[in-house]
Amino acid sequence: MDFRNLFEPKTMAVIGLSLSNERHPANIIYNKNYFRYPVKVYGVNPKGGTYHKEKIYTSISEIPEKIDLAVIAVRAEYVSGVLRDCIDSWVGGAAVISGGFAETGRLDLRRQFEEIAAEADFPIIGPNCLGIYSPGEVDSLFLPSERMVRPEQGNVALVSQSGGILVDQMVKFAGQGIGLSRAVSIGNKAAVGELELLKYLARDEKTDVIAFYIEGFGPGEGREFVTAAARCPKPVIIMKAGKSAGGSRAVSSHTASIAGDYAVFSSVMRQFGIVEAKDEFEMVSFCESLSCYSRGIDGRVGIVTASGGHGAVAVDTCEASGLVVPQFSEEIQEKLRGRLSQSVQPIASLGNPIDLTGSARDDDFVISASELSRLPDIDCVIILLLPYIPEVTSDVGARLSQVYHEEGKPIVAYVPHVEKYRMIIEGFQLNNVPVSHSIEGAILMVEAMKRCKPC
Amino acid sequence: MLSETAAAVLEESKKRGWVLEPDAKRLFADAGFDVPVSEQVRSEDEAVAAGERIGWPVVAKVVSPDVIHKSEAGGVAVGIDGPGAMREVFARLSNIDGCEGVLVEEMLPGIELIIGGKIDGQFGPVVLAGIGGVGVEIYKDTAIRMAPIEEKDVASMLNDIVAGSILRGYRGSAGVNLEELKKLIAGFSSLIVEMADLVESVDLNPVLCTEERCVIADARIILKKNDKCS
Repeated sequence: MDFRNLFEPKTMAVIGLSLSNERHPANIIYNKNYFRYPVKVYGVNPKGGTYHKEKIYTSISEIPEKIDLAVIAVRAEYVSGVLRDCIDSWVGGAAVISGGFAETGRLDLRRQFEEIAAEADFPIIGPNCLGIYSPGEVDSLFLPSERMVRPEQGNVALVSQSGGILVDQMVKFAGQGIGLSRAVSIGNKAAVGELELLKYLARDEKTDVIAFYIEGFGPGEGREFVTAAARCPKPVIIMKAGKSAGGSRAVSSHTASIAGDYAVFSSVMRQFGIVEAKDEFEMVSFCESLSCYSRGIDGRVGIVTASGGHGAVAVDTCEASGLVVPQFSEEIQEKLRGRLSQSVQPIASLGNPIDLTGSARDDDFVISASELSRLPDIDCVIILLLPYIPEVTSDVGARLSQVYHEEGKPIVAYVPHVEKYRMIIEGFQLNNVPVSHSIEGAILMVEAMKRCKPC
Repeated sequence: MLSETAAAVLEESKKRGWVLEPDAKRLFADAGFDVPVSEQVRSEDEAVAAGERIGWPVVAKVVSPDVIHKSEAGGVAVGIDGPGAMREVFARLSNIDGCEGVLVEEMLPGIELIIGGKIDGQFGPVVLAGIGGVGVEIYKDTAIRMAPIEEKDVASMLNDIVAGSILRGYRGSAGVNLEELKKLIAGFSSLIVEMADLVESVDLNPVLCTEERCVIADARIILKKNDKCS
């Protein structure tokens, strides 16, 4: 089954366009694609007529062109008929926005839907989904453009059972400067689920990291998913809702009692090197980190800062997260000390964390980062940057990023995220070095790389 | 493929919904796992005779279709050191609901571990290993993996157990035979995959581990709740 039509359609039909309600989801979808995306969009309504002076087709079969993506926003009881038209018209894929299936107790409609979907040889997303967003290509989310926060085009794909969580993550991605390759809300996942999208996104050349928000897997679905994720060369991140056991079921064995649904879920994710995010903050940190570095590390960290306090907090957080902060030998320390600026040399402490003190200049950060990057016992460098110390300039982010590109060892930075420091932050981000707005976030970014390795 | 013995044991126990300890042990012994020497007895005299043959001290456990959790029902006695004590214990155990006999077993030393299996709704058969004994649900010091796993994967599992250092030997105390333990966990993980259609969960608790052996001292198999047609 080819998913390309869903994410990179050249032609699109919006079925259920309203002639009277400008706020109808179909109209919102039609408008945003008509005005702002390269995809050729056709409106469909059995009554016909015109919209924006364009012809409205009474059925998808009337459209003179082959349709890559059909977005269906008609009432639930009409969906199966429309899907049949789609099959007859050889569409490439469909997203069913309409709700009112299993979630409202219309199991008959859900069954019909599944039967037709099984006949179709094209992917069907939904029902009850928000749809698909492919930056620069198509946007079937029925949210008015002016209300949306759109992250930049990038390499992280988001797949979410919940449309609300998807949009929320997009807001956070935009705020954190994480680029998006694809976003898809799969709703009731009657035909296409996480597994199928994982398999497609594993091959999608625009995507380097695949992140899921899931509520649960069906019987046996989890096993197939983790097996596929283990074969996937790209990092897979997952955030799960429904961690608490649904009521206390009586269990008759110790194993069943200890190995509850979530305990098993979490363990199996780790077993297969799937990075589980416990909450949205972790999700965003992991996505940012793995969108820059996709290879797993052991988790031996070198820390560079200009404040003893920041260093101490970072060491505590590293240790609580199972990361190691090895003490540097006298030899290493002396070599580094010899290269630091005159004013820093006598006062810096270089044991790890490296505290360059408030006298540190850009060069001191760059030299320290380079030296640490060359140590075989360190597999990641954390820079805790204090942009307010007098000798640090706005070039420091871009310069430190160069260290990564020269030495090849992951660097993760912390910079307070306020407008004033934006040039430093972008100096990192635009050069593919992740930067967090908190020390904890920076350490989560390192943890993501460590957890990327199957245990 | 399940062995004939295993298939027969599971089939016979279907009605009850779980497998009595002696039958479960027969299943595991047949599959090549180490179990203690034991005899099922029905009278005081038989119990004493079994104790003599096995060698004091022994362990005695109630065999009853009404008792899944034997310790909670007072159905386990350890350190029985001779005929007098054996008779007393037998009398007590035979008063427990549904008592069909008493299992007299050699008393083994070792660190108490739990090795368990469960058929998970999302992931199918999974295996669990950790610190066992009566307090297992208090400490919950266990690691879980999707089954089957290979011997080489067991090491990472043991690393996940907080008290894992006890297994490797801690402050002068001997550790356990890690090779035997790995073999046991990996072998059990294959068995749970083979039994996946028939069972719901399995507890091997305790598994007694020493420098020499890892022995399944107790086993509980909960069968899949069945379809109306059976």
